Amino acid sequence: MSTLPRANQRPELSAFDDGTLAEALRKMHLIRKFEEAAEDCYMRGLIHGTMHLSIGQEASAVGSAIPLAKSDYVLSTHRGHGHCIAKGASPDRMFAEFFGKETGYCNGRGGSMHIADVEGGNLGANGIVGGGLPIAVGVGMSIKAQKLDRVCMVYFGDGANNEGAFHESLNMASIWKLPVVFVCENNNYGMSTSVARSTAVANIADRALAYSMPGDTIDGNDLPLVAATARIAVERARRGEGPSLIECKTYRIRGHSKSDRNLYRTKEEIEAWKAKCPIRRLEGELLNHDRLGSARLAEIEADAAREIAAAIEFAKSSAEPDLAGLTRYVYAE
Amino acid sequence: MPNDVAGADPAAREITYAEAIREALATAMADDPRVILMGEDVGVYGGAFGVSGDLVHRFGVERVIDTPISELGIAGAAVGAAITGMRPVLEIQFSDFITLAMEQIVNQAAKIHFMFGGKANVPMVVRLPGGSGTGAAAQHSQSLEAWFAHVPGLKVVQPSTPHDAKGLLLSAIDDPNPVLIFEHKLLYKTRGIVPTEAFRVPIGKAAVRREGGDATIVATGVMVSRALAAAERLAAEGISTEVIDLRSLRPIDLETIAASVRKTSRLMVVYEGVKTMGIGAEISAMIAESDAFDYLDAPIVRLGAADVPLPYSPKLERAAVPQEEDIFRAAASLVRTGGA
Repeated sequence: MSTLPRANQRPELSAFDDGTLAEALRKMHLIRKFEEAAEDCYMRGLIHGTMHLSIGQEASAVGSAIPLAKSDYVLSTHRGHGHCIAKGASPDRMFAEFFGKETGYCNGRGGSMHIADVEGGNLGANGIVGGGLPIAVGVGMSIKAQKLDRVCMVYFGDGANNEGAFHESLNMASIWKLPVVFVCENNNYGMSTSVARSTAVANIADRALAYSMPGDTIDGNDLPLVAATARIAVERARRGEGPSLIECKTYRIRGHSKSDRNLYRTKEEIEAWKAKCPIRRLEGELLNHDRLGSARLAEIEADAAREIAAAIEFAKSSAEPDLAGLTRYVYAE
Repeated sequence: MPNDVAGADPAAREITYAEAIREALATAMADDPRVILMGEDVGVYGGAFGVSGDLVHRFGVERVIDTPISELGIAGAAVGAAITGMRPVLEIQFSDFITLAMEQIVNQAAKIHFMFGGKANVPMVVRLPGGSGTGAAAQHSQSLEAWFAHVPGLKVVQPSTPHDAKGLLLSAIDDPNPVLIFEHKLLYKTRGIVPTEAFRVPIGKAAVRREGGDATIVATGVMVSRALAAAERLAAEGISTEVIDLRSLRPIDLETIAASVRKTSRLMVVYEGVKTMGIGAEISAMIAESDAFDYLDAPIVRLGAADVPLPYSPKLERAAVPQEEDIFRAAASLVRTGGA
């Protein structure tokens, strides 16, 4: 995957070849457009329920997944559309799930908060803050017991770092040296409560020290940096040396969910973070260093827009679940 | 006991309830490398109640795993292992401690198969030593099984004999769903005939332990032996009771209960959990909604624990849950005066 360092490029960027960067950019666009389309569909009454949009957080989802193979596992959060796309899920079946259709990844039983692409290694988003963390420990035990060449990456937000599940899970992963990578997407707010008001340490990755594992706090909007950091943690996990904690500092441009009126933060703060858009930032850096080129960048974005439009059409035209199937899937046969 | 005989197995012999569980675990672990046992002090200590015993020496620390005291974490670890190809058996040291793990059991284990449209299974077993009678007081003596019987996606069983402790555990390990087994601390040292072979007791099937014509007593867990002892005394007074061991709370074997009620026309439910909003309420309502209701000659009687945390004082502890004497008196009254 890595290429020779090019002049004037920082090592994090030059570590990735054009194909990897183009694919990363494509996925970031897919996520952004998926989220925007989801919001639009909600406004137009095409989908119900709630949603947690990850606009602004695309680099942490996509960058962290770059070192993962298809057979590796991820566990995701309520703000999980990005992780799902980053791990390789297809937007058409995701939208079908969102629309509550039988063709969705979960046959319309899970919806936005419970999308899973088990075949693709995504063991599910989670509606419970910190819910995926202990599960990741078990996945790590399973990988180790079966001697599989796999790792498990578990995403969680800053809010989850104050759940008991976080502390129990980091401790267990560490004492058993499990192949787990803990990725905290710190978007600075657990719903409305800021990290400064909720958390006793300045950086969530500082907590890695208490569990004897490496901890890195990084700029989560810097895709090459996220990918390079994740690669180190994933390789360490693969070598059987145990877990790591990565804290990606980022920001959600939209509110927590549909009920959010942004009473806890200022317009100026939101605007300042919009200017740090991870997608435009990567595009700018690629152009500055003569990677991919502007025509290719435009083509990648246009392709993503077309894929999302087609995904919505697929979801709209798919069948709803049959009422006779109401109690299906409660128990496995 | 009609459903508890060893059958043709010449090697069936008498062992304890705890030994029967250990035998099932050893059998499953020997047969299937995916089976692991995890929990607090299940290794060299041998389990708080001695159930895992020497298993760590037979199967090693990789498969008999001492965990930190992190009930939420280990319940989640069992979920994660189960969805990725293992068959974890989790021991929660005292069933009361499952309260710390409710999130993973109720939100995750019970719902993953459904939420994911059937794309993942959660074949995990949780063993929960429960019940009162050991002087362990309010936080180590509860019977919380009804809580979990309320949750679609879980299966809940309660073995009352060594035979069923083994057979239900082997069925639970085979099952592709999360199964909670509420064992009873007072039963661990009780003895019964258990075949040496790896037999299964089906989940969801009650057992008629004693046949009778005047009243049906449905009992769970440790209440089964108390109901049988009461039935013996009732027989001496000319009252014939049918005793049903529920064995499985979810799924529940309504048909066996209804068939018995159609025969006896009187129903009493005896369970150790708090009476209010408990197993007795559900069984009573199920019978009231069924055709068996027409056969009832008397109001249904429920015997459950008093509305009180389990007290420490031996005298009060004993009074808080149904005893043989309570069952005897209530059943006699039900048959003689319609429960009034």
